Amino acid sequence: MLLTATVFLPLAGAAVVLLLLGDNARRVRLFAAAVGIVDFVLALAVFLQYDRDDGGFQLTAKLASWIPQLDIQYHLAVDGLSAPLVLLTGLLGLAAIYSSWSIDKRHREYFAWLLTLQAAVMGVFTAQDFVLFFIFWELELIPMFFLISIWGSGRKEHSAMKFLLFTFTGSAFMLVGLLAVYFSTGTFDMTRLVGMDLNDLLLPSQLVFAFFFIAFAVKLPVWPVHTWLPDAHTDAPTAVSVMLAGVLLKMGGYGFIRVNVSMFPDVASAAATALAVLAVISILYGAMVTFRQSDLKRLVANSSISHMGFVLLGVSSVGAAAEHLSPVGLTGAAMQLFSHGVVTGLLFVMVGVVYDKAHTRHIPDLGGLAGKMPFAAVAFLVAGLASLGLPATSGFAAEIMVFLGTFPAHGVLTGLATVGVLMAAGYVLWTLQRSLFGPRRERWDHLTDVSAVEAVAPVLLMAAIMAVGLYPALLSDVFATGINEVLPRFTP
Amino acid sequence: MSGSDLYLLSPELCVAAGALLALVAGMANANRAVVTAVGLLGLVAALVFTGLLWAELDGRVDLCSALEGDRGTAVYGALAIDRFALFFKGLIGVSAALVLLASHAYTQRFAERSAEFTALVLFAAVGMMLLAGGRELITLYVALELSTLPLVALAAFSGGQRASEAGLKYLVLGAVASAILLYGMALTFGYTGTTVLEGMALSVGDAALDGSRPFGVQVLVLGVVLMVAGFGFKVAAVPFHGWIPDVYEGAPTPITAFLSVASKAAGFAVVMRVFFTAFEPLEVDWALLFAGIAAASMTFGNLAAIAQANIKRMLAYSTIAHAGYLLVGLAAVASRTVDGITIGPETVLFYLGGYAVTNLAAFFAVIAIADRTNNESIASFSGMGRRAPWMAAALTVALLSLTGIPPTVGFMAKLFVFGAAVKADLAWLVALGAVNSVVSAYYYLRVVRIMYLGDPAADETSDGERPVRAIPLDLSVAVTAVAVVALGLYPQPLFRAAQRAVEGLF
Repeated sequence: MLLTATVFLPLAGAAVVLLLLGDNARRVRLFAAAVGIVDFVLALAVFLQYDRDDGGFQLTAKLASWIPQLDIQYHLAVDGLSAPLVLLTGLLGLAAIYSSWSIDKRHREYFAWLLTLQAAVMGVFTAQDFVLFFIFWELELIPMFFLISIWGSGRKEHSAMKFLLFTFTGSAFMLVGLLAVYFSTGTFDMTRLVGMDLNDLLLPSQLVFAFFFIAFAVKLPVWPVHTWLPDAHTDAPTAVSVMLAGVLLKMGGYGFIRVNVSMFPDVASAAATALAVLAVISILYGAMVTFRQSDLKRLVANSSISHMGFVLLGVSSVGAAAEHLSPVGLTGAAMQLFSHGVVTGLLFVMVGVVYDKAHTRHIPDLGGLAGKMPFAAVAFLVAGLASLGLPATSGFAAEIMVFLGTFPAHGVLTGLATVGVLMAAGYVLWTLQRSLFGPRRERWDHLTDVSAVEAVAPVLLMAAIMAVGLYPALLSDVFATGINEVLPRFTP
Repeated sequence: MSGSDLYLLSPELCVAAGALLALVAGMANANRAVVTAVGLLGLVAALVFTGLLWAELDGRVDLCSALEGDRGTAVYGALAIDRFALFFKGLIGVSAALVLLASHAYTQRFAERSAEFTALVLFAAVGMMLLAGGRELITLYVALELSTLPLVALAAFSGGQRASEAGLKYLVLGAVASAILLYGMALTFGYTGTTVLEGMALSVGDAALDGSRPFGVQVLVLGVVLMVAGFGFKVAAVPFHGWIPDVYEGAPTPITAFLSVASKAAGFAVVMRVFFTAFEPLEVDWALLFAGIAAASMTFGNLAAIAQANIKRMLAYSTIAHAGYLLVGLAAVASRTVDGITIGPETVLFYLGGYAVTNLAAFFAVIAIADRTNNESIASFSGMGRRAPWMAAALTVALLSLTGIPPTVGFMAKLFVFGAAVKADLAWLVALGAVNSVVSAYYYLRVVRIMYLGDPAADETSDGERPVRAIPLDLSVAVTAVAVVALGLYPQPLFRAAQRAVEGLF
């Protein structure tokens, strides 16, 4: 019941916004914020109610008679892997609503789509039936398409369409993959599939693995299918960038662990080196491209490609030599999902704040903002430092675990990947220096610091970053209960 | 013909009676509402009888001794009374009723001929219903002509050059297709010595006769290929699709909807019955044939749709693509890979049902929106998200369903059909279908984008000005659009009906 409520509350909220609330912007905003708060509390309840001593799938909500002919069920549950991601979605959903306060056109539709998006992502992280998973996966496309193309900026329509076509192509492959799995095993139940031997399918299991991999790689995104991301990010409104970077990309990493690694351990081991190579390319390529950006938003967007590479790198640790097979790498990948979610979420929120006030995101035009906007500068700084993996922030905890887990498997590649961290330090510090510090331009004299409403999202996210950074076990223990169930499937 | 035949044919008879009464009402100068009501009454009666016959097959009703067991025949074995036929009669009846409802406002454009319009729709429906039940070649041919000729007249109904072109093209190409079909039927008859499908199956399977037949099995194969061409015309599969865009564009929009839904469903009903009863024993790889046509139809339909500027033409090409997706299902049915188990005929029926509501919703919403601007170009839909929010929402739902995005029935339909094909070892075809879905997303969502992002066109008449207050049209849009979502979330009733319909046939 709790999970069903968490997933469908935003959807119900969207319906209310669209049908009942009328055109009063203030009322719509307040209502959406209320829905966001309640859903965040529900997500928190899910996270806290998840019994980490028990492990396995919990809080199950099941309705077997949905489409009995094909054994398609309504089946929600969380395990150690999904519980923190549900929390992340609740947190960023709330942050997104609070960073949408300045939306000034068609606010009714806007908040309806934003809430629908949140429901869809919640569904992805909790669905344990493959068809239901796929439905939520696809459902997320529609709100994103509208949110980017109506409320975005720049070449918004082009970006929205590009986003949609890339993701839809990925999911078309996933559809074929999950049909192949279904007709070989006779079930769509993901909790059962994880325990099954999927080496003998209708199609070669390497191919099915690849189908799923493509779908998730587009979402993560992995080089070379990443090109939609900078466009979508740059042209999306602030809150949508927050959702996109904060939770939508996580669906890709979640899919890698939930499907590729958990269901196809043998193929995953065999492909580990290839995955690690892709990961390193993503990390280094993303970082190099990031260096060249002069638009704050594009910069953060491109850095996401690099940081998401660490997730894939952690996933590739499953190819480790038998004696080193440990949950550290995968747990690190999962930690990175959460960490990047809050960090990039915060970065995008702050970019949005700066843009709202200064009306530019061009880094060379900014400078010395810290003097006029001390709070914003601090929040920006925290996000930036977490992004480059400074100890005591969540970024450090995640990245160190990825490196520790991956090194025994791919020594050289992991070494190369660490260069990515150096580069991140470079572009982050350089950017902070150019935009926040240095001499202030006269044209920024009128700037004011963030308002109370605008401060809600940054405060929440900073708290999350610091909490996880100072006490990583808060999350890693939970993630580990999910990962530990996967690991025995890898034959040493 | 015995008395019980009257009962067994009651759906067709009701529709025919409705058509005749509509003509009479027209002669008596009744107003349009009465004419439409009479037509609807005939269809509703037909649907009631269809339900009654279905219940009879289930053994829940017992009105007629002629219908014992799971299936029966009527008129000296020419027509099958089984769930398969009844499923299609229901589908065609519902589609025709919705089309009549939606065209009520449209017929104002030719008010003095609205009775003829209604009657022609009903006559075409009778032909399609007979097609669904035909188990004998001559019956099939007559039913095919009965369904096509009224549609030819309807295609040209609105007058003007485009409409005349549509009618003429349909007539000429349709006649060629019938001739080809008839030739194929004749060859098949010559080889097998019978026109009854089940008899043909026996004859085809009877290898002992082979030596005594004049030209050998090649004659039969040629006959079958010609029949494929004839039916391919009806279902608008590549390469027999040439008539589609012009006819769809020129015909009155409700008729286009009717063509794209009911006529296509009837065509698939015939193809399934003929191929999987009569030619089953023939050792030909039907799966490969269907898969080839499917691949060509999907790819051509989608690629050609991208370039269209007129929404009806775009939807016309999209129906070609959807014929392709349906043929993916047929290829799965035909493959019968392991153990001779038939895979997925119910998925084809489900697809037809889901596609029917989706396409009807799309065309009805197009009627409603185009009514405002008197313009069917996609560009003229600009800004409709604001000016006609409900209609734009309905069209959006329909387009999402055509793309195959959940939670709509179009997604479920694709899931089922592609699933059947994967199970039948046709993964390559499914992969192609999936890629095609991506292509289709581009042009379907372009319309959505224009409706919600574009600014209202400059030459637009003032807001809210609609030529006709069209409550029946609004109703039919609402019913179909809600059905698209409802069946997407809970496909079970339709799927169950489809499953029951194919029991015993395969």
